[in-house]
Amino acid sequence: MRPFAFQRPDSLAHAHELTVPEDATAVAGGTNLLDLMKLQVETPERLVDINRLGMTEIQETADGGLRIGALATNTATANDDRVRADYPVLARAILAGATQQLRNRATTGGNLCQRTRCYYFTNIDQPCNKREPGSGCGAIDGIAHLHAVLGTSPSCIATYPGDMAVALSALDATVEIASPDSDERSVPVRDFHLLPGDTPCRDNVLERGEIITAVTLPRPVKAKHLYRKVRERSSYAFALVSVAAIVAVEDGVIARADLAFGGLAHKPWHDARLSELLVGEAPSAALFDKAGDLLLEGARGYGENDFKIPLARRTLAAVMAEATETEI
Amino acid sequence: MSAHLKQDEPVTSNRLDGMKQGIVGQPLSRVDGLAKVTGTAPYAAEYKIDNVAEGVLVTAPITRGEVTSIDKDSVLSMPGVLAVLDDERLTTRAAQGTANEAPKQDPATVCYWGQPIAVVVAETFEQARDAAKHLKVEYRVHEGAPLDPHQVAPEEQEDETVNQGDLDAAMARAAHTVDVEIATEGHASAAMEPHAAIAEWRDDKLTVYASLQMPNYNIAELADSLGMEESNIRLVSRYVGGGFGSKLGISEETVAAAIAARELGQPVRVVMSRQQVFQCIMRRSETTQKLRLASDEEGKLDGFAHHALVSNLPGEEFAEPVLQSSHFLYGGENRQLKLEVARIHRMTAGSVRAPGEAVGMPALEVAMDMLAEKSGVDPVELRLRNIPDRNPEEDLPFSSHKLADCLRQGAEKFGWDSGPRKPRQQREGEWWIGTGMASAARVHNVGEAKAHVTLKSDGTAVVQSDMTDIGTGTYTIVAQIAGEMLGIPIEKVLVELGDTKHPRGPGSGGSWGAASIGSAVYVACEALREKLAHRAGTSETELDLRDGSVVGGNSLVELLDGEDISEVGHYEPGEIADSHTASGFGAFFAKVRVNRFTGETRVDHMLGAFGFGRVLNEKTARSQCLGGITWSIGVALTEALLFDPVDGHLVNCDLAEYHVPVNRDVQDVDVMMMEERDPVASPIQAKGIGELGMCGGAAAIANAIYNACGARLFQYPMTPDRVLAALPD
Repeated sequence: MRPFAFQRPDSLAHAHELTVPEDATAVAGGTNLLDLMKLQVETPERLVDINRLGMTEIQETADGGLRIGALATNTATANDDRVRADYPVLARAILAGATQQLRNRATTGGNLCQRTRCYYFTNIDQPCNKREPGSGCGAIDGIAHLHAVLGTSPSCIATYPGDMAVALSALDATVEIASPDSDERSVPVRDFHLLPGDTPCRDNVLERGEIITAVTLPRPVKAKHLYRKVRERSSYAFALVSVAAIVAVEDGVIARADLAFGGLAHKPWHDARLSELLVGEAPSAALFDKAGDLLLEGARGYGENDFKIPLARRTLAAVMAEATETEI
Repeated sequence: MSAHLKQDEPVTSNRLDGMKQGIVGQPLSRVDGLAKVTGTAPYAAEYKIDNVAEGVLVTAPITRGEVTSIDKDSVLSMPGVLAVLDDERLTTRAAQGTANEAPKQDPATVCYWGQPIAVVVAETFEQARDAAKHLKVEYRVHEGAPLDPHQVAPEEQEDETVNQGDLDAAMARAAHTVDVEIATEGHASAAMEPHAAIAEWRDDKLTVYASLQMPNYNIAELADSLGMEESNIRLVSRYVGGGFGSKLGISEETVAAAIAARELGQPVRVVMSRQQVFQCIMRRSETTQKLRLASDEEGKLDGFAHHALVSNLPGEEFAEPVLQSSHFLYGGENRQLKLEVARIHRMTAGSVRAPGEAVGMPALEVAMDMLAEKSGVDPVELRLRNIPDRNPEEDLPFSSHKLADCLRQGAEKFGWDSGPRKPRQQREGEWWIGTGMASAARVHNVGEAKAHVTLKSDGTAVVQSDMTDIGTGTYTIVAQIAGEMLGIPIEKVLVELGDTKHPRGPGSGGSWGAASIGSAVYVACEALREKLAHRAGTSETELDLRDGSVVGGNSLVELLDGEDISEVGHYEPGEIADSHTASGFGAFFAKVRVNRFTGETRVDHMLGAFGFGRVLNEKTARSQCLGGITWSIGVALTEALLFDPVDGHLVNCDLAEYHVPVNRDVQDVDVMMMEERDPVASPIQAKGIGELGMCGGAAAIANAIYNACGARLFQYPMTPDRVLAALPD
């Protein structure tokens, strides 16, 4: 860990000002950033603590949705009565992640910005295009057990590791961002994270000095909410594959199927075509298979992670079967 | 005064059973528990020493080669940096357990990725860590270091080789055969407390506070590393936050702290990062094992073969002793055993919890399950039929043998269904449910030990030894034995461990600590009892002590009459160790769920039934068994060291990515301990306990996975991807 200055702005304007320069990084819960600083993966000269900016509230919006402050802790969000009643997929996803102690510190905005768990990213003596552009990718020919099968590039096969954002993607939530030079902009969470392309150093659309202020959920819908996380041990492990599903069946046909996937890509994976395929159809094993085909159409394994392709297909089928009460 | 016992004969009756207080065996809570939970028990890095400088090891990011230059000036001007040391005495690997000599030195020669090559010392830890990352080092890389154990010609460990009878003929004429290859991956000790040391010099005297399992050997290893006399060194390891083999031998941080403190003329602390502990401390070797079993119609073995390939660095003597219990667990006239070592450039392989059986038994017991299926014999019954009367290779008697009792009583308590066994008989929703079982075996070890016991004139006692308590309960069982023998409650026994100013204990390792130090304490107390008996005008065998008094007579205070009496008890294993085969035995039963979509396995229930001689403390013994079963779950389902195929570096080097079981993975666990006295194992008739709990348990889970879903896996750990790949359609 390198020496760094610690700054605590009291206003958003001041926070913008402090975080625009390249040598600064904003910190909220610090559950990911501090570990990376100890490993010297992250080496900010200034750490800008945004915990004095409020932004902890969870409140209803004018159109019946819910606005979750960027500094609301994961524990607060998962325990919020409205989240539990109307958006259980979000509570379930959060509770499937990390440990109680980490969730007590982790925040909404920070969790969206969580960095990959790729082994080569966290080891500064190994090549990694995300950490050090142009240095190469150790994972492609290395240990790629945890890595992506969708949306990869020759530069990077890392995954976005979080759970909360996968549920937010299924919910079609919006990320509210305060920018230094304008007022506020809103980005659908499905567009917030980026695919690696040839700039894997960019995880998401945030520009320098921008600060996430909230995540807004649309009006709740009546549907079954499931979050399924597949992993080797039953807690404190990142997903091999996860599925967030908001599914409703009416009169024997699927009326809604909003699905998002974790563990498969550099971002929570949402494919609008799945919903189009599933809605209006009677649930069946064959239909879920077709959905799997569509989801994994462009999938590519890197040896060690080939298993994720059949695993994603099977998990999708299991979740859809449970959500639609179909025996397969 | 000292009393010596070299055990050449069985000890068939024992003082401990005739005592009036009945303290030994009681499920007492640890006497050091309060200090630990209140944070007042100091671990190695926590001793309050003035003016301590902080050292951080610099490690090599190459697999094999030489350090050609270190540009010390590249960091010496950084804030707080005091020194960069690349002293040729710095060690580059941990010493193997009981080595008693310096481990490999010469930091300029790199043999594995992550090897320490230097130490940077600064005023603060953060400064030292930053400088260690910035130090400019140049290397000459020797390309082509072999990394894959299957790509080199292995060396046979000839002393392990057995060729008895004609195995091929046995296989050819057998009614049932099994011929299978099973692989296990590397494991890390992953002890909670990282490796740490604070070294302090006073003139030519060195004191090191370190996290060590065996100060009795470590003192010689450190003296040899530094080229100095043992008598000038004091090691202090009063509390150790877990070892599991990783702290058996002296390791890099301790030697580096000692050298740096000398050089700087001030105390130096060196603490390894979690990543460094993973990358440069002992790994358990991966193994590839081939098992061949030949039986008659009824499943009785006629042929038994177990071959294993393990790996280590060039020049390391240790070879994971995979076959250790295979030599005697089951009968079979025709036998072939062979252990081979591949020389590759991953970090040192050495002792990790239950070296040998931890991976040998999980393979053997899957093969036995396959034989049970082929022969149509119930798996429990199959084991019972194959228990030999004597060691089948050396024709030696067993010291004691509780396998049959463990199998029968374990099966009964678990509710084992001995009816026909077929996979996929039970399903609950997405989950297939199945059961499996396996035998447990772990060779029993003992080591020479001394303990100094003083009975003070105020009726309290002090026991001193450099023996360690690595979280196992040594403080407590030592207090129990001394209290029992001297007729005083354990609150009146002060136990001082982990300091080489005291007599040499056995150290903690190989599950030998309790039986060995316990015997030394026992021997000392017997001698003290002789003295007390003399004062009381009776004989030692007639002396009944209870609650600080002779029963019906004087108090100890009166007998001692203002005088302290003390003895050093000295226990040595004797000829009896060579004339018997001594082992702990047991049986595991498991009930698991396997998700039919995702291949995830969860262990709903495990039962372990164990026979390991006298139980000194039912609570700490049970805790050891629970720990072993937790390791079993890890071996079966999650634990694997992952090495990069290009440069051999360990990629999953922290506790987030190296998956030990978490609380939620360890559900309903039952432990049964058989009442037993082993007259051969030790003078106190106790055997090793700690490691037995993981010697075979993984196979009970593997066999339950097969019973649940029909996936027979030949590779541990049985992760979801592997289960899915093995699922029948």
